[in-house]
Amino acid sequence: MPVIFSLLAGVIFGAGLTLSDMVNPARVLNFLDVAGSWDPTLIFVMAGGLAVTTLGYKLILRRSSPVADDRFHLPTRRQIDLPLVGGAALFGVGWGLAGICPGPALADLVTLEPKVLLFVAAMLVGMIVTRAWRDRVYAMKALRQS
Amino acid sequence: MTSFAPVSGLVGGALIGLAATILMLTIGRIAGVCGVALNAVTASDAAGRSWRLAFLLGLPLGALLVSALGLKDWSSITFPATTPMTVIAGFIVGVGSIAGSGCTSGHGICGLARFSMRSVVATVTFMATGAATVFIIRHMV
Repeated sequence: MPVIFSLLAGVIFGAGLTLSDMVNPARVLNFLDVAGSWDPTLIFVMAGGLAVTTLGYKLILRRSSPVADDRFHLPTRRQIDLPLVGGAALFGVGWGLAGICPGPALADLVTLEPKVLLFVAAMLVGMIVTRAWRDRVYAMKALRQS
Repeated sequence: MTSFAPVSGLVGGALIGLAATILMLTIGRIAGVCGVALNAVTASDAAGRSWRLAFLLGLPLGALLVSALGLKDWSSITFPATTPMTVIAGFIVGVGSIAGSGCTSGHGICGLARFSMRSVVATVTFMATGAATVFIIRHMV
């Protein structure tokens, strides 16, 4: 059942990215180009997304658990630290270079454009390398503390 | 050029929000594409991989669905970055999203919807560096 639910969520998510034209790098780059051909559409996408999600989460999180799992899997960290800010800063640079972020990249696979495939592959490599590096840093910290 | 499209933006955005809401209601998960993508590959259990792969598969399927309904013209969509630049951008996006614990969907939609201060900081940061990057590429280089 979880697979059916998440497939449904993924399809709706992909449809939303496509309808809102977030799959179009020019649309994203023009949003980021505040000094040039600025296109504020992305703000409306975020507004629509946030309106529904904020209300949806508010109602859902009153429950003791989700429908098909025994608990909600929510992030617990609260600290504003260097990995958060540095990681987000880097993310923005990559986003601005190509006008593509992870969700649209996957939806854009339907174009069969080789660049999209390369973007996704490079992104996965970057993710795996970073996770491995972070695990190592944590392991070394734990070792020092013991 | 892209022309300002507030209505399709709002409707598409609302669908993204609906997807995030469904994922939380049913399996209690955040719809952050980068975390889902990494853990789809690295999760040690089959159940952990399968729901994530299904979600990721849904993204292009949703794009195809919109196309099948005749609501999307892909012919105008191009990928302006050169191939080497696209690879570099993809790598940086991958590194940044995992180091920063989220991307546009995880922080910008799900995190902000939970009023997470970390997500506010991350969203402001990546929008600022994204804008700075585009400024340099389009107006300085």
